Amino acid sequence: MGAEFVQFSLTPILIGIFAAIACALPGNFLILRRQALIGDAISHVVLPGIVVAFLLTGMVAAIPMMIGAAGAAILAVILIEAVKRLGQIEPGAAMGVVFTTMFAAGVLILEQTDTSQVHLDVEHALMGNLESLIWFRADGWGSLLDPAALASLPDELPRIALVCALVVVLTLVFWRWLKIATFDEGFAQALGIPAAAVGFGLMVTAAVAAVAAFDAVGSIIVIAMFICPPAAARLMTNRLAHQVWWSVAFATLSAILGYVFAGYGPLWFGAQNAVSAAGMIATVSGVILGLACLFGPHRSRVGAGRDEAA
Amino acid sequence: MQTFLDALFLQAGYNAALVSIGAALLGFAAGSAGTFLFLRKRALVSDAVAHATLPGVGIAFIVMVWLGGDGRSLLGLLAGSALTAWIGLLLIEWITRRTRLAEDAAIGAVLGVFFGLGVVLLTVVQSMSAGRQAGLETFLLGSTAGMLFEDAVVIAVGGSLTVLATWLLRRPMTLVAFDSEYAAAMGYDVRRIDLLMMGLVMAVTVIGLKLVGLILIVAMLIIPAVTARFWTDRSHRVIWIAGAAGGASGYLGAVISASAPSMPTGPIIVLVAAAIFVVSLFFAPGRGVLAAVMRHRRFQARVHRRQGLLALAAQHPIREAYTVRLLAREGLVRPDGVPTDAGRAQAAKVARDERRWDVAREVHQDAGLTGRYDGLTPIEEVFTRDEIDEFDRRLGPPMGLGDV
Repeated sequence: MGAEFVQFSLTPILIGIFAAIACALPGNFLILRRQALIGDAISHVVLPGIVVAFLLTGMVAAIPMMIGAAGAAILAVILIEAVKRLGQIEPGAAMGVVFTTMFAAGVLILEQTDTSQVHLDVEHALMGNLESLIWFRADGWGSLLDPAALASLPDELPRIALVCALVVVLTLVFWRWLKIATFDEGFAQALGIPAAAVGFGLMVTAAVAAVAAFDAVGSIIVIAMFICPPAAARLMTNRLAHQVWWSVAFATLSAILGYVFAGYGPLWFGAQNAVSAAGMIATVSGVILGLACLFGPHRSRVGAGRDEAA
Repeated sequence: MQTFLDALFLQAGYNAALVSIGAALLGFAAGSAGTFLFLRKRALVSDAVAHATLPGVGIAFIVMVWLGGDGRSLLGLLAGSALTAWIGLLLIEWITRRTRLAEDAAIGAVLGVFFGLGVVLLTVVQSMSAGRQAGLETFLLGSTAGMLFEDAVVIAVGGSLTVLATWLLRRPMTLVAFDSEYAAAMGYDVRRIDLLMMGLVMAVTVIGLKLVGLILIVAMLIIPAVTARFWTDRSHRVIWIAGAAGGASGYLGAVISASAPSMPTGPIIVLVAAAIFVVSLFFAPGRGVLAAVMRHRRFQARVHRRQGLLALAAQHPIREAYTVRLLAREGLVRPDGVPTDAGRAQAAKVARDERRWDVAREVHQDAGLTGRYDGLTPIEEVFTRDEIDEFDRRLGPPMGLGDV
């Protein structure tokens, strides 16, 4: 646990934790509002967003790509709403129509343009590459106090930390509104809370978190972290504040354990190569959810007897 | 253009023809099987099923290599993918039944976790020395390049079997999709039929892995069904229209993809399906947006016409420009709003019908008839000639406009 850990593992683990928390926080409210799959839709439309941003700017820079991805996510939310209203189609199907079409368009544009000289491909977008985000200049824990070494941290770390902080602040500031609008939209409106705007703001926040996490770790983590930690937390408690804390704890635990299992797990079995960290983090979060489904104290529906729930 | 026509009539080479026919069959099977999913309001379950195939592909490859095989046999990989997809399905069902989590959370959880596990297994496969370059990543987005005859046969036979199974199961599945409680009361095992429905979806997904890939197969299950819903309100027609839309997009997509470079088959098929969807959304009769707008305009015109005539009958001036234009077009008023003779006659008729309705409401206590009064339905459509004569008798003789 010395210099090597700081150099190779510290930054990926931190990035994983920030990404997981940034996704899990809005995920809590999405789950309660039965909009959990918005995370899935957003993570699919991020691809066309970054491809178009790349075409327009001609460079693989983080800021234009994030703007493009966020734009695509917002466009997708609007299109889903339009298809739902214009065609009177149920939300799930409307979502399925919109995000698959946008994803297909993204893949087609990517194939049509010559992006072979830049690192932009579908698999990378899906799987991310957490392992590569290492801190070259670090030579031990002392580097944390060394400005020169700190300056060489991978760009993804400050970016995802910033977004994570933003999500935390937004959640705290709008806590009361979010809580009331999520549980009782009518009551929220009666109190003068702009419930529709709160809903849209939640979507936009989720999109921003998804895009930032996607930039660092790929879209698998995004989908899994939007849903698994909050869903597991939902089975642990009946109080929203406790649920949010549980989800943060589960997200952090998934990120740490996932990264450790991916990096060191294969070595324990005598294998040579590490496996995908992003995939392993998602898998660990699934195991946590599975355990919560089996043993969580509040796993059954309220009012359902044990026989009924069984 | 010539290459497109060649491909369209299956003249662009043996492989392209195979792919086109396979895509059409797969599209038909996906469209018809996806309809039930859509009608049951569980369209996105297919997304979880599709993503849950990935670990199966990895496991199958590892097992086959471990047993000393090649690891790339399509049938073996598809069997593995079917296995994990089925486990994913059962997990979704188990989570929604046993815990208080809603179905969308269960879908998302299974989707993300299985996909993550699949990626982990893919990295394991990549690092296996025996695996050579497995090329399993092509299952993500599909790939028709270098498709073997056997692969095409698998797709064609599988697609045909799925269509056949859909046809055999259409009655119980329709019943469950529309009213599962009624189906349960009729003695059907709803849970088993639901699982059968999911089994069909899973079959389509697995068969389509090679052609369009696991991310986009969802589109072939959802988009044709949603498209077909615009064209009819009858369930058995929805199934076949969805099949036709899916088949057409599969075939056209494969043809377009074969006739130009850098046109990946899967995305093109999805975009063709999406184009058909957009056309249907706007131009389908009945449920399309254009039809709805026209219906609204017609209704608006009828309301304005009637209110205008009532105003004429009461000898009020018409201040609404749209109403004046509407009546002027029919020659009922002059452009300045003064009624013509025809206008006066129509106004008298409308005013008299209004009074006839008043009488009708007094005479008839049958709400089923008088309840149809909405100010727009002509009284002749509701009551017989004799009844109207009776109202007229009570009203007295027709009056000129000035006497109202």
